[in-house]
Amino acid sequence: MAKIHVSTTINGEPLEYLCDASASMLDILRGPLGLTGTKEGCGTGDCGACSVTVDGRLMCSCLMLAVEAEGKQIGTIEGMAQGGELHPLQQKFLEMAALQCGICTPGVLISARSLLEKNPDPTEEEVRFGLAGNLCRCTGYDKIVRAVMETAAEMREAAR
Amino acid sequence: MNEMSTKWIGARTIRPDGADKVTGRAQYSADYNMPGMVWGKILRSPHAHAAIRSIDTSKAEALPGVKAVVTAKDMVSFPVDKAVALGIQDMRWMARNMLAHEKALFHGHPIAAVAAINEQVAAEACKLIVVDYEVLPHAIEIEDAIKPDAPILHDFMKHEGKPSNIAGTMVLKAGDIENGFAEADVVVERTFTTRPVHQGYIEPHACTVSYAADGRVTIWSSSQGQFMVRAMTSLLTGIPQSNIRAIPAEIGGGFGAKTIVYLEPVAVLLSKKSGRPVKIVMSRDDVQRATGPAPGSLMTVKIGAKKDGTLVAAKGDFYLQAGCLPGSPLRGPVGCSFAAYAIPNVLSTGYDVVSNRSKVAAYRAPGAPHGAFAAETVLDEIAEKLGLDPLEMRIRNSVKPGDKAIYGAVFGDVTFTETVDAIRKHPHYKAPLDKNPRPGVKRGRGVASGFWYNAGGESSVQVNITEDGNVVVTTGHPDVGGSRASIANVVAELIGIEHGRVNVIIGDTQTIGFSNLTGGSRVTFASAMVATASCEKVIGQLKDRAAKIWKIDADAVKWEDGMALPAGDNAGKFPPLSLKELAAKANEMGGPIGTQVQLNTTGADPGFATHCVDVEVDVDLGIIRVLRYTAAQDVGRALHPSYVEGQIQGGVVQGIGWALSEEYLYDKNGKVDNATFLDYRMPVCSDVPMIEALVIEIPNSKHPQGVRGVGEAPIVPPLAAIANAVYDALGKRFFALPMSPPKVTERLDAAD
Ligand code: FES
Repeated sequence: MAKIHVSTTINGEPLEYLCDASASMLDILRGPLGLTGTKEGCGTGDCGACSVTVDGRLMCSCLMLAVEAEGKQIGTIEGMAQGGELHPLQQKFLEMAALQCGICTPGVLISARSLLEKNPDPTEEEVRFGLAGNLCRCTGYDKIVRAVMETAAEMREAAR
Repeated sequence: MNEMSTKWIGARTIRPDGADKVTGRAQYSADYNMPGMVWGKILRSPHAHAAIRSIDTSKAEALPGVKAVVTAKDMVSFPVDKAVALGIQDMRWMARNMLAHEKALFHGHPIAAVAAINEQVAAEACKLIVVDYEVLPHAIEIEDAIKPDAPILHDFMKHEGKPSNIAGTMVLKAGDIENGFAEADVVVERTFTTRPVHQGYIEPHACTVSYAADGRVTIWSSSQGQFMVRAMTSLLTGIPQSNIRAIPAEIGGGFGAKTIVYLEPVAVLLSKKSGRPVKIVMSRDDVQRATGPAPGSLMTVKIGAKKDGTLVAAKGDFYLQAGCLPGSPLRGPVGCSFAAYAIPNVLSTGYDVVSNRSKVAAYRAPGAPHGAFAAETVLDEIAEKLGLDPLEMRIRNSVKPGDKAIYGAVFGDVTFTETVDAIRKHPHYKAPLDKNPRPGVKRGRGVASGFWYNAGGESSVQVNITEDGNVVVTTGHPDVGGSRASIANVVAELIGIEHGRVNVIIGDTQTIGFSNLTGGSRVTFASAMVATASCEKVIGQLKDRAAKIWKIDADAVKWEDGMALPAGDNAGKFPPLSLKELAAKANEMGGPIGTQVQLNTTGADPGFATHCVDVEVDVDLGIIRVLRYTAAQDVGRALHPSYVEGQIQGGVVQGIGWALSEEYLYDKNGKVDNATFLDYRMPVCSDVPMIEALVIEIPNSKHPQGVRGVGEAPIVPPLAAIANAVYDALGKRFFALPMSPPKVTERLDAAD
């Protein structure tokens, strides 16, 4: 079957690719595009390791068809740091040891950034529910929640 | 050396592998490709139990795009009557787990493997493999597998002279159990069941391998031991270890289950046959069906005590599911359940039961959480019967230094009571708890303790001084959660330089000496020990160089804050020589500076943990929530406190999942019915509270920094602590896990 041509924007860069109609966004990111920072933990939308943003909306890229990226803005972990500078969440995750093995981390960070964009001053409960779609088996979530709340506080402070 | 200084040891430094992990650059097992690579796929059994009469791969091989097909016939054969041990594994069983030999032993058992130009063609080829199965009756649960008329998995296996699914037993004894119970004023005996639970690492198994034209092999995969990968691959393919370079990718969680392999040897056989590099990536469905899990259990524990709470006798019968091949972790429940207590009369027996499920793999303190669930629940009941505080009772019965453990060792330091005391004095234990906060909601508090052996073992490290006077450390242990960070702290401390000048990496099998698995709570203990020995040697070299430059005796040089200094006034007056200056002069003064140290480390004292938990039960819906959790553990010395806390917090939350929601479900055909993360319900962020880790630091006198293993003990107490809290809330004890909503409502509706 002929491949489908897709024009999209990934982390701000315009990009084109050919894909099968059945290919998932995750397959294309990790395969032909070589963006392996987005991880596959389950392939069924249950673990959040493949989280990306699509026109600013949080999505499991394993549940999205690659053809759906046509004309959209896709954001992946590779675009989270600006130039050489880490996003405040990335920096805080390092300082507060909010990762152990780190396989969930790209997805958690994308998800946490989306959360803070919508809600810059979340309660602990809001963070916990906001990140409930991201499984982490290593940390018990404690340090992740603390790091997100701490980043939120610092970003609010910086915005004043 | 700088023993009193703690500039870096105990500091919350940023891990050396951190930036790559928060930017998506770190490469895990599935993130690597090789030129000309083809894709491997595993054909799995559609039956829970079947004899394999024949496998015809000809149609698959004929499919365009297929490069190779392998079956068990392509592997080195390991006859069932001759054990071939590799660590705690037996290659007879590992071989049969990786590719079915005589029989398919569980639904999902690998039967054959295909390499093809892409995943679709490989999947297509799998469908063309014709397997002639003779379907046999199956047994999944322990109760079914040990029935007299149970379908027998292996006709070579006998128990008490008869064909049986009991693969083996383990017995530990002390004193006289009958007399012990005769002396007791109160005896409680209970039977418990737990369900198999998966380790639940988020990274599925994957590997990319190359068998080159000259017979040299490169393996890229994540595991808890690149040397284990090399050894198993060598044994199963017949390729010498010297020709196998196993490169450890970043590992996305293992928790014990990546101490064995499933894919690498099969991929190497495919690569050899096809002449192409081969990549295999498991799906989550494959992972849940055919890897891990930890065993389910059926256990009876009986404990007797005097009126004053002194424990006099304990008996345990622990049946563990091995999965389809022998090898359940009997030493966990048999050795650990009563180990923290000085009980004169003990009889502890384990039964290794095979059934038609995937072969179990290690999971954090393998087998110990099961036993602790049983023993610590019975202890709670005894304390209640005697009107004693459950923590007081534990302190009263703690083992003492010099006591002989039932598993044979003699206790050195014992820091059990300190963990109990930490909980007893903590505000959590004393905080008021409203047991009836709202209609239909009850609350309760529970405690439990846990014991784990910990381990030492082989470890290698290189410490090299770079030409510009910084430090590169290479260790042989995959880092599952901060071991590089801990070692960087130790080395910066000992060499006396800024933390940022030390880089720690993990070597592959051909670049660093043999290092045993990342498991048994051993890596920080063992690698800090070899890193210390290595730093001492390097400092010796640096002092020699300074002595040469100053033309004084090496003994007259001391090393402080990253500099060589004359040891005293008699040594002469020289300006200090820094690490950078010495490195710059290295070549003219005798060559490169660096050393490798390889040791079989010993002195890993056991780990003790005591936990306190508050739960809330919705009595109508049967939902149990954990409200507050405090976990005390003696860690000896926290080289990097954040990652020590992280081990405790992570272990506790895995325990919460085990207690409340995780289990394997099977359909009537013996097929796993919940092989997704939607249905296999691990705790998510909104399920749990903050986990307070009480890190107690009583230095282990047998370790240069005082380290005691940390990673495993935290998962031992939660099951019982939560069950005891639920009892406190409801007045009903739960003897079966998980305490999931349907089970809770069922139990609440039961009349007793
Ligand atoms: S850090 Fe390992 S899964 Fe989150």
